[in-house]
Amino acid sequence: MAVTESPAKGRRRFWLLDLYGSAVGKKWAMALSGIGLLGFVVAHMIGNLHMYEGAAEMNEYGEYLRIIGGPILPHTVFLWLIRLPLLAAFLIHIHAAYALTITNNHATIDKYKQPREWLAASYASRTMRWSGVIVLLFVAWHLADLTLGWVNPDFISGEPFHNTVVSLSNVGIAALYIVANIALGMHIFHGAWSLFQSIGVNNPRFNRWRRWFAQALATVIVIGNISFPVMILTGVVG
Amino acid sequence: MDLTLQVWRQAGPNAPGRLVDYPVKDISPDMSFLEMLDIVNEGLNAQGIEPIAFDHDCREGICGMCGLMINGLAHGPQLGTATCQLHMRKFKDGDTIVIEPWKAAGFPIVRDLAVDRSTFDRIIEAGGFITVPTGSASDANLTLVPKEVADWSMDAAACIGCGACVAACPNSAAQLFTAAKIAHLSLLPQGQPERWTRVEAMVDKMEEFFGSCTNHGECETACPKEISIDFIALMNKDYMKAKFKNRRLVSQTG
Amino acid sequence: MVLELDAKIPEGDLDTLWEKHKFDMKLVNPNNKRKFDIIVVGTGLAGASAAASLAELGYKVKAFTYHDSPRRAHSIAAQGGINAAKNYHGDGDSVFRLFYDTVKGGDYRSREENVYRLAEVSLNIIDQATAQGVPFAREYGGKLDNRSFGGAQVSRTFYARGQTGQQLLLGAYQSLARVVGLGQVEMHTRTEMLDVVVKDGRAVGIVTRNLITGEIESHSAHAVVLATGGYSNVYYLSTNAMACNATAIWRAHRRGAAFANPCYTQIHPTCIPSAEEFQSKLTLMSESLRNDGRIWVSKKAGDDRKANEIPESERDYYLERRYPAFGNLVPRDVASRNAEAMINEGKGVGPLKNGVYLDFADSIKRLGIDTIRERYGNLFEMYERITDENPYEVPMRIYPAPHYTMGGLWVDYHLMTNIPGLYAIGEANFSDHGANRLGASALMQGLADGYFVLPYTIGDYLAGMLGDPVVPTDDAAFTEVESEVTGRTNHWLSINGTRSADYFHRELGKIMIAHCGMSRNEAGLKQALIEIPALYEEFKKDVKVLGSAETFNQSLENVQRVDDYFQLAELMCLDALNREESCGGHYREESQTEDGEALRNDDDFAYVAAWEWTGDPGKAELTKEPLDFKNVKLSQRSYK
Repeated sequence: MAVTESPAKGRRRFWLLDLYGSAVGKKWAMALSGIGLLGFVVAHMIGNLHMYEGAAEMNEYGEYLRIIGGPILPHTVFLWLIRLPLLAAFLIHIHAAYALTITNNHATIDKYKQPREWLAASYASRTMRWSGVIVLLFVAWHLADLTLGWVNPDFISGEPFHNTVVSLSNVGIAALYIVANIALGMHIFHGAWSLFQSIGVNNPRFNRWRRWFAQALATVIVIGNISFPVMILTGVVG
Repeated sequence: MDLTLQVWRQAGPNAPGRLVDYPVKDISPDMSFLEMLDIVNEGLNAQGIEPIAFDHDCREGICGMCGLMINGLAHGPQLGTATCQLHMRKFKDGDTIVIEPWKAAGFPIVRDLAVDRSTFDRIIEAGGFITVPTGSASDANLTLVPKEVADWSMDAAACIGCGACVAACPNSAAQLFTAAKIAHLSLLPQGQPERWTRVEAMVDKMEEFFGSCTNHGECETACPKEISIDFIALMNKDYMKAKFKNRRLVSQTG
Repeated sequence: MVLELDAKIPEGDLDTLWEKHKFDMKLVNPNNKRKFDIIVVGTGLAGASAAASLAELGYKVKAFTYHDSPRRAHSIAAQGGINAAKNYHGDGDSVFRLFYDTVKGGDYRSREENVYRLAEVSLNIIDQATAQGVPFAREYGGKLDNRSFGGAQVSRTFYARGQTGQQLLLGAYQSLARVVGLGQVEMHTRTEMLDVVVKDGRAVGIVTRNLITGEIESHSAHAVVLATGGYSNVYYLSTNAMACNATAIWRAHRRGAAFANPCYTQIHPTCIPSAEEFQSKLTLMSESLRNDGRIWVSKKAGDDRKANEIPESERDYYLERRYPAFGNLVPRDVASRNAEAMINEGKGVGPLKNGVYLDFADSIKRLGIDTIRERYGNLFEMYERITDENPYEVPMRIYPAPHYTMGGLWVDYHLMTNIPGLYAIGEANFSDHGANRLGASALMQGLADGYFVLPYTIGDYLAGMLGDPVVPTDDAAFTEVESEVTGRTNHWLSINGTRSADYFHRELGKIMIAHCGMSRNEAGLKQALIEIPALYEEFKKDVKVLGSAETFNQSLENVQRVDDYFQLAELMCLDALNREESCGGHYREESQTEDGEALRNDDDFAYVAAWEWTGDPGKAELTKEPLDFKNVKLSQRSYK
């Protein structure tokens, strides 16, 4: 009898596509790509601490990234093996965010006349899409500045220490880096907590730690990254 | 106490709406918020103005019929309380109170402050049940349920379906409502056979009408039954598993 | 004209009666069930469970509710629990004991056979609800927990925190939602039934109003089931939800359905006293509070001291004093009447002197504040939200409020009214509780009717109609009623008087609570029978309803309900006047024992009073269905 028929019917797509087709699935995608990006941000920040060791160490570190895996792997192959998934994660993160924003705009056609009084939502959580856009624009600038050298005043390939110092000695550029990293910090402040919810990592025993983890991570990243322009401007590094 | 109300008036589903000012005098702090509105309506009726339409019924905080956006807060300033249990002593003499209906694409306005929440019924119809035709049940004590599990399930089952979670959510998401029902049923042993089809069907139906979750947590604080967003995490986890699993083989194993 | 009332009670032994009768009834072949249309009005416990079960059997069901969703019905507000004779605790419970307690609790004014069936199917209800995922309270071993409730001597009450009604309703609602999703039930929300259509003596459909568009529509079916609840709102202030109304059953009554025992109303002892004129409803707190709270007033009338300032020696724990065996756990009617007596003696407490104390200080001392918080935390919070008083520190104030109506449409053993094809289930019928309902029995009866009785008995009626098409809705029988309903609806908008329907409702409530409330007497009832029609006349001339009939118009919904209350109120007083005995919720001051307890008169009043509409609510005609007790011995209730 039809009474006991299952509610889900029909042929199914490949499960990952099917999952990504839903908003919950897109949140999964955002969380997982976010984890990848977070990993990069942390590694990037730690690697850059070589700045404090001096130009030789920093440049050696930069060069080493290109020769990892050698002599088996050709030059920069390993780096690209990292870069490509990272790029994919970045694109997925952006696409999912964009698609979810569209969904949410459709769901909220009408706004309240009285401004909302927020009880739980933080400033960071409510500005994710703006902090995200700032970070995106910053990444574009950052690549043009220190990876490709297009906007760097005196770009020398293979000398990241020099490139960084000449760029961040400019107060305007340094300010740009500081603002962008604060935006990144806010993004992480909410994102690094939110991702646990999105992928269902939830246990009353350690739920408090999720907040602490996100706050600590955001703090470390912001302090670490901002220290470079500050130290260069103040002449400690350079 | 004397107050000024700014109330959303809208003649019908497609009519334009606006906030209208109503001065109110001699309100007792012991009145409930809805009784205050009763008095306003009594006054409007006497003046020949059509009373403000608003949904309400049990006035005990359990039927889920009432729900107003009061000064930008779903169900008003007292946490863990439905509008009908909010009392005027939470306001001060001279206050201006802005009263709006729930606003979300999934909750079209019927009139004034009354909205249509039948989309919630659609979500339940999609899978918010355990299939057990009348008369087919075995003795109740054959299924053992650990006390903690029953308690946790009850925490989720306490949902009254008022829609405050949607109203409070910046994305008009119905995650808390949907997750609470999924958790209520999927935590219990009785709910296991349909666990994966349920979460998939309910989430998919929910997404036809409502936004996505950004983990703000506003729903949890607006909820008159203080249902935890932990249940949303559970739903997200189960949804992914449901998509991944070959349900025909694993439906019995969790 | 005298009604022919045949209760159709089968012959045989009580314990095999229902089983045997299920075999004797005619069946509808599974393939033929889809040829029958059934209308279910109301989607509370009884209505939702019936609609779901009928659809599962294969019938085509149309369900109606005036709410925006079936989940809103007032069944949801029941707190305490649901009885079932499971005897899971081995404390001597049995089907027979539940049956016996229910008949006795109802003060011997119910049918033995109906009540026995109720006790029998109580077992299935718990199984069904548990399987649906109702999160009943559990013991640490994973088995179902029970508590004793409302004066029962055994632990047979199953509960889900203080929200048992909510969870059972959600269980039924979810079952209903499932079959709605599968297209087996056509669900009509925000649709109010305004009349029954009867053709050639059979119920053939209903006329409804779409509450959003105002459209008046006809719906045709082979049978109509009314599951529209009780009528306590006739008192204006009651524990019922604001929209609970008598319209469906009253309109059925006006079409010929007999109304049984309208005067049997239950006044619940533990409600929060009203604070002022503006109060819109009374909030019930679970009776379970009486398990640990002690009820008292000051010994001195007009005592203005605060509760904490009154020394122990000057407190009168009147229930413990008068009923040493049961103490604070006496049945609802006894507790309510005693509270009223205390207040009438001027011993009431609180700003309006309209309550009695329910004190937890001793229990907090004995069990500790944590235990009390665990047991009653949510009730205490609710009390504090409403009154702004902290019951952990000062005693609660409670007062009785109209809560449940045992009376309702007369039905036979099949739950069919005297109009063939018209059924009434749940609180809407009169059948199982006699003159007083025991705690935790309302949920049981609603679900028994909906899940386990009606789905069987309705087949017996439908089987004889195989092949008959439904009466088309363009038939004169429908169009006449439709135009009557339209005329009535528009009429209210044309009066344009000076006062709202709520005003008249409040005034009606005052008359009813004064003269037809907890205790009644001949003079008062006669007075009410003069005052009600007078107020009714004024209402018909002076009520003011604004807006139009083509929109969502809550005042228009309300005025029609109040109109029906006026007529029903008269019938209630008439019935109360006729019943010159005290039984259960009906206490006639003329009929009491020497020490003021209710005195039944079994020789003259052991009958069901079924009233027939004559066109004038004050001149309803009475038919008596005698009650025959073969299995229980009639005794005067005593809780001393």
